[in-house]
Amino acid sequence: MTLAVFTFYVFSTIVILAGLLTVLSRNPVHSVLWLILAFFTSAGLFVLLGAEFVAMLLVIVYVGAVAVLFLFVVMMLDVDFAELKAEMARFMPVAMLIGVVLLMELGLVFGVWNFADQAGDLRQAVTPSLSEAHNTQALGEIVYTQYIYLFQAAGLILLVAMIGAIVLTLRHRPNIKRQNIVAQINRDPAQAMELKNVKPGQGL
Amino acid sequence: MNGLELENFLIVAAALFVIGIFGIFVNRKNVIIILMSIELMLLAVNINLVAFSSFLGDLVGQVFTLFVLTVAAAEAAIGLAILVCFFRNRGTIAVEDVNVMKG
Repeated sequence: MTLAVFTFYVFSTIVILAGLLTVLSRNPVHSVLWLILAFFTSAGLFVLLGAEFVAMLLVIVYVGAVAVLFLFVVMMLDVDFAELKAEMARFMPVAMLIGVVLLMELGLVFGVWNFADQAGDLRQAVTPSLSEAHNTQALGEIVYTQYIYLFQAAGLILLVAMIGAIVLTLRHRPNIKRQNIVAQINRDPAQAMELKNVKPGQGL
Repeated sequence: MNGLELENFLIVAAALFVIGIFGIFVNRKNVIIILMSIELMLLAVNINLVAFSSFLGDLVGQVFTLFVLTVAAAEAAIGLAILVCFFRNRGTIAVEDVNVMKG
């Protein structure tokens, strides 16, 4: 057993265990932490496959942004999760049945599956050998040329998602003091100060 | 590739995908866990894409992974925003009440 095979088995075991615990754990904060572990270890699998750019992207985007967003929301919402978890046992048999059926179907697909003869010739972007260009450079060379429109569309999707998230969660509370910049700029010394004539021996 | 076959990675991805679907059905009431299960399923798809890309020597699979990642991030952001909005109005995140959203 080579080192690569050993690493693969360790990482894949951890990914599947972390996935199961994400789904089954009682506390949603623990779920998010298991999800982060699953992302990290699948980034390891990607490195094993020679896709180091996507692996780093997974760590930065998923662990750094998406999982932390989940963590924020889970901690921010004051939900009684014990009540939500109480009915888990009721749905378990159905879920098990569906999972087993789907797994068997996928197993049947793997049993009779092989590459087409001309699959090697139909490649859209042949991966260069590592002596010519490493993974990140090769990926950049096709993303910024052949797939530039898709790349821009991806940026547009992110922009729309950002605007949507802000619009959905922004709210104006009526009875809160806010800074009114126009009023601050437009005030003059005559309004800003008021002189009172205080008589000796008396307060205001 | 040094002793590993494509099937190894496909089996891991299939198991992860099934775990995602299982999670959706088990946590019928908890939207947060359902969103996390969807993330797991997208991760399984990404593993499939990268594995095929690596074993066929075709970089387009990794480009696709990039776009799947983008869409997944956008989906998580919008989903959680809707969730926060819903929680503010209802005080709960139980999925059974979600049909009040239809306006």
